[in-house]
Amino acid sequence: MVPEGLHYTKAHEWVKVEGDRGRIGITDFAQSQLGDIVFAELPPVGRTLRQMEPFGVVESVKAVSDLYCPLTGEVLEVNSSLESNPEQINADPYGGGWMIVARIADPNELKNLMTAEEYGTYLAAEGH
Amino acid sequence: MSEATGSFKRTPLYEVHRQLGAKMIPFGGWEMPVQYAGILEEHRAVRERAGLFDISHMGEIEIAGPGALEAIQRLTTNDASRLSIGEVQYSALTTPEGTFVDDITVYKFADDRYWLTVNAANTEKDVAWISDHVATVAEIRNISDTISLLAVQGPRAQEILQKLTSVDLSTLKYYFFVQGNVAGIPCCISRTGYTGEDGFEVYSPPQHATTLWNALIEAGAPVGMQPCGLGARDTLRLEAKMALYGQDINDRHTVLEADLGWIVKLEKGTFIGREALAHQKAEGVSRKLVGFEMLGRGIARPHYAIAKEGTPIGEVTSGGPAPSLGKNIGLGYVAAQYAAIGTEWDIVIRGQPVTARVVRTPFYKRAR
Repeated sequence: MVPEGLHYTKAHEWVKVEGDRGRIGITDFAQSQLGDIVFAELPPVGRTLRQMEPFGVVESVKAVSDLYCPLTGEVLEVNSSLESNPEQINADPYGGGWMIVARIADPNELKNLMTAEEYGTYLAAEGH
Repeated sequence: MSEATGSFKRTPLYEVHRQLGAKMIPFGGWEMPVQYAGILEEHRAVRERAGLFDISHMGEIEIAGPGALEAIQRLTTNDASRLSIGEVQYSALTTPEGTFVDDITVYKFADDRYWLTVNAANTEKDVAWISDHVATVAEIRNISDTISLLAVQGPRAQEILQKLTSVDLSTLKYYFFVQGNVAGIPCCISRTGYTGEDGFEVYSPPQHATTLWNALIEAGAPVGMQPCGLGARDTLRLEAKMALYGQDINDRHTVLEADLGWIVKLEKGTFIGREALAHQKAEGVSRKLVGFEMLGRGIARPHYAIAKEGTPIGEVTSGGPAPSLGKNIGLGYVAAQYAAIGTEWDIVIRGQPVTARVVRTPFYKRAR
């Protein structure tokens, strides 16, 4: 369930490197833990985020959860369709449920993230 | 019914829930299913068809003896003398200040025998409170461990339950109960619930809880009944504006402030909290629990501040999406001058004011 080629945070975000850009979302594990997602609050285009800075919020029926930015960079795109259809995050967390695209300021920061294999091991160690 | 494991108690259906893939959470000292298929799907099942809930964490306290009615009258705000045998009454155990010890339902089995069904987290506290105040008047027994409680809720509930009992459910009115067999198990069938739908709460011996659960699941499957967890129970009760102890009501707010004046019967005679409530009724409440819907984009959550032009005027006690209404709703206490229907003010969400409006409650009312 953990796609290869992405980079993962301990807070269960993923980033997919697309040239000098990073596409960012939450993992399948994160969405399944949250349950039915009913609300997403995302940053405006143009904001610069630092690595592991909170960049928004997702809310399920019962819970509010902060989102942490995997990499430092300026927000270039926001998935505005999540405003009216936040359930896409449940249905397709690695696809249609993406949240933002940011310009990668420092590729070295990828070293601070987990590979798919490491994230899988991390989930297992956490008892999942 | 309880089975202590570690720090949380488990109902007799714990393993059944696990096998059904339920997500378990701690609630009121218990490890309970919060969801099976998903809160929204379970919510819809109850509104459109039916849902089955394990609510065995609820507590039951028996009040018996010639002084039983007198004891209940002293402890509660509603008038239990109006109950006939087989009738249920929503009521409150109150402090001398008129605030909640708990909200409860009173069941009259006989002139000298009543049950109180109480909130799980409050059971021990309630037993102690009741014993402190009326132990010399009536016999008090915590019978929670001898009872399991299942709720079948939704427009198809009667049809489902009727398959398993010879009791004619069509003659059982809302807030009445009857003793009879369900799936061959001796039960107490109560036409009550916490969802805003028609439905039943079935009290049974815990050793038969699994048999009863499975029989209900089987009977409900053809009409699309689903097992439901505490998550859906919460969204359903919020739409129906049924108060939740620990959130909407507690020992800091009076029954009148909670907008539950209809369960306060000052004329019935003396009871704990009567003076305070009579005084408050005459003076008028200074704050009140109201229902609101969000006009701006955002979801209100418990403890968020309510503000008018930047000045705090209250606090959210419950909030979330109302799946049957397609809106975000909530309950909260506000200063009385801001409690009128149609009043607009803000919910402060992560530091930002988001407009909300006081609306008529219940938010959701089923078609009858």
